Amino acid sequence: MTDPIYKTDALIAEDIEAYLEQHQNKSMLRFITCGSVDDGKSTLIGRLLYDSKMIFEDQLAALENDSKKVGTQGQEIDFALLVDGLAAEREQGITIDVAYRFFATEKRKFIVADCPGHEQYTRNMVTGASTADCAVILIDARKGVLVQTKRHSFLCHQLGIRNLVLAVNKMDLIDYDQAKFDAIVADYEHFAESIGIETFTAIPMSGLAGDNITTRSDDTPWYHGPVLIDHLEQLEVNNTANQAKPFRMPVQWVNRPNLDFRGFSGQIATGTVKPGDELRSLPSGKTSKVKSIVTMDGDLDEAVAGQSVTITLEDEIDCSRGDVLATADAPPEVADQFESTIVWMDDEPLVVGRAYWLKLGTQMVSVTIAHPKFEIDVNTMEHLASQTLHLNQIGVCEITTDKRVVFDPYTENRALGGFILIDKITNHTVGAGMLHFSLRRSQNVHWQPTDITRDHHAGMKNQTPRVLWFTGLSGSGKSTIANEVEKKLAIMNRHTFLLDGDNVRHGLNKDLGFTESDRIENIRRVGEVCKLMTDAGLIVLTAFISPFRADRQLVREMIDAGEFIEIHVDTPLEVAEARDVKGLYKKAREGKLKNFTGIDSPYEAPENPEIRVNTVEMTPQQAADYIIGQILPLK
Amino acid sequence: MTDAKTLTHLQRLEAESIHIMREVAAEADKPVMLYSIGKDSAVMLHLAKKAFYPSPPPFPLMHVDTTWKFQDMYALREKAAKDAGMELLVHQNPEAAERGINPFDHGPLHTDMWKTEGLKQALDKYGFDAAFGGARRDEEKSRAKERIFSFRTATHGWDPKNQRPELWNLYNARKKKGESIRVFPLSNWTELDIWQYIMAENIEIVPLYFSAPRPTYEYEGGLFMADDIDRLEKVMGYRPEITERSIRFRTLGCFPLTGAVESEAATLQEVVQEMLLTTTSERQGRVIDKDAGDASMEKKKQEGYF
Repeated sequence: MTDPIYKTDALIAEDIEAYLEQHQNKSMLRFITCGSVDDGKSTLIGRLLYDSKMIFEDQLAALENDSKKVGTQGQEIDFALLVDGLAAEREQGITIDVAYRFFATEKRKFIVADCPGHEQYTRNMVTGASTADCAVILIDARKGVLVQTKRHSFLCHQLGIRNLVLAVNKMDLIDYDQAKFDAIVADYEHFAESIGIETFTAIPMSGLAGDNITTRSDDTPWYHGPVLIDHLEQLEVNNTANQAKPFRMPVQWVNRPNLDFRGFSGQIATGTVKPGDELRSLPSGKTSKVKSIVTMDGDLDEAVAGQSVTITLEDEIDCSRGDVLATADAPPEVADQFESTIVWMDDEPLVVGRAYWLKLGTQMVSVTIAHPKFEIDVNTMEHLASQTLHLNQIGVCEITTDKRVVFDPYTENRALGGFILIDKITNHTVGAGMLHFSLRRSQNVHWQPTDITRDHHAGMKNQTPRVLWFTGLSGSGKSTIANEVEKKLAIMNRHTFLLDGDNVRHGLNKDLGFTESDRIENIRRVGEVCKLMTDAGLIVLTAFISPFRADRQLVREMIDAGEFIEIHVDTPLEVAEARDVKGLYKKAREGKLKNFTGIDSPYEAPENPEIRVNTVEMTPQQAADYIIGQILPLK
Repeated sequence: MTDAKTLTHLQRLEAESIHIMREVAAEADKPVMLYSIGKDSAVMLHLAKKAFYPSPPPFPLMHVDTTWKFQDMYALREKAAKDAGMELLVHQNPEAAERGINPFDHGPLHTDMWKTEGLKQALDKYGFDAAFGGARRDEEKSRAKERIFSFRTATHGWDPKNQRPELWNLYNARKKKGESIRVFPLSNWTELDIWQYIMAENIEIVPLYFSAPRPTYEYEGGLFMADDIDRLEKVMGYRPEITERSIRFRTLGCFPLTGAVESEAATLQEVVQEMLLTTTSERQGRVIDKDAGDASMEKKKQEGYF
């Protein structure tokens, strides 16, 4: 163990005010360290913290204690123990989750995201990389460029990290051999070029011995490049680079303390803004000029990327959370179909066709994801055919949103091109993605307004359109009850149409089978038909098992508020199976029919249906009367 | 295009915290800011004022009180809420009050009942679905791994191994009814950042952070301030020997649990100077981290502690 390199800054004791002045104006760099346990990643971070005096005596004493108990360095201090924070991690001696650490030099404050290196933690690495200005990729000098090195580099490059440091660690174990170092660098350069990495900085170092980290090593006289800290101190941070781009600010919150003040609050993603600048609000496209940039410290003459501000405009234009204020003459695009790269982060795989929430900037929209065009093998960068994405898998997929989204390609603007995916039922963050470009069909297909509106259609029929969505197990009585309801409505002179599950599969949906994604597509199409029919002023009745909550939710969101009536035809499985009108349960029990709801595929009962009918207690007639009673009046 | 201007680390931290607070205000149904009256809370409150200016912050301040805080803290609490134009809610666990829970007789139960249980009660009582806390990642090992938006179950539990991934500046605030989110806008601040910001922004903090002659007593090897000597005597069963010393505090909590340091640092500059020259970590003065070995904070957090 060498002595700590850090010496308390003499200025602290002599002239604290001068010291503080100097430290007040530091910049900030976020970086990520990638590498496996064996590469000495935690040791490197531990050393950076130790050398910059972010470890105190009491922590050091505890560390020495722990090192002897559970450390992997014998009697030496095991810096890795400083970094592995969770009890499970210390017990198992591995890093599971991203940990954020802080240290500072005279010029900069640093935030280090320490990410686990194993393939099963790809999602954690992507998380750490998403906010990083720079990535330090560790290599064990004895082993050279490994599969994991490639994986880490690929992921960092995908996430748009422009500054890469190849830290060839453990040089002490190869006797600081220049030839071996050069060979590793050449090897890496070849790989880097193949995946589009333009530049990187290679540094020979030893985390354990402290070579070329904060001070130049005497053992590498042949190395003339910067030591790690010097290099990190002079890199350009993303924030500064972002100022040269066109102005973008996603609106987070509209500030209205009184009728005389209306400000748009947000964090500037890219560019700069001054009073008088002409801005365009997207997606509306309306323009106005900046009146003032308001902060508690007074109005600003200029604000730049990274700052959180409140902007007031000269004109009263419609603008709210989710909209984007942008330079008027170089606005971002607006579209609803995209090609994107998606990293899947949930234990449950991606369900193609299912609606998820997509959050991009301050926009939250519903999105469906198509079958991946291909999955990328993170170890070989090969493109593989794939039906879905599982935890930690990366694929390129086309996605479709239910509303138009304001965006820039991720490579141009992380804030308007990066998104997360949220499961609508569990609310987990299940994926992250990067938008590449909008699909041409979304740019060229526009909604054609018609003169005879849905209100005209409904008015002529003297009724309010409705979707009466019957859901329940096979044999629960959906079709029978829906049929009774339709007959009663016909007597009341209502214009109706009954869409039956089996009938639709003879025509519109005859190309679909019974896999999970086919079932979702089946329901989606029926939802679209319902939407057209309600536009035509009809009362639509549907009888579909529609077993998945998320899919019924998808249809509910397509239909105008209040027009979707979910009716749960509630029949216990035993009763439905005993009825077995079509003999399907018997086939399913015998294994002749796969994916049969209630047998080997789940039925997710509605949590809060508008109407619930119990077919054990009610006859179909009674159930129909009850439903009619609930939905009237229909004017 | 103008020349690029590099934001300082404090400007970037400020902008990030403000962004976080606005996301909560926009996405949560009923947010609240937990206010412990310490220096981190003071910074958090100041940032909230900035985030929503010229409006007042669109949520109340809430203090989960143990009844054992320093008198100076109670005084600042009222003033700070008034200055910010925010409603102040104070919750004291009635069960802890009834059972006379105190730091001397009840040890870890004191923190558990007054703070952990008190906090859960208060959140349930008002139905808050998002609560800001002033914790920083540099304070403690398990905090270094906690998300900025930290999801809690309906029973306020935290599952460190099953946290939502947090990418870019996109926070997932979605939850079911009854579930809640703890939000830590100061996650990326360090102790030095906090002090520098207090200095730069001239933020009022409790005078106990600055050295002054104060009545002290020693207890189990630590140095404490006799903030309410009569109450101490009642609970301890004897009147501790009082010595006047020049002391200050690096963190503030319950006065019988918060160790004082002997110091002459009476100004912000001197306090920061002392902090930079000191060799022990910030939480050393607090007893709370040590009562269950190394993972004690992680365990407390799983049970619902902030």
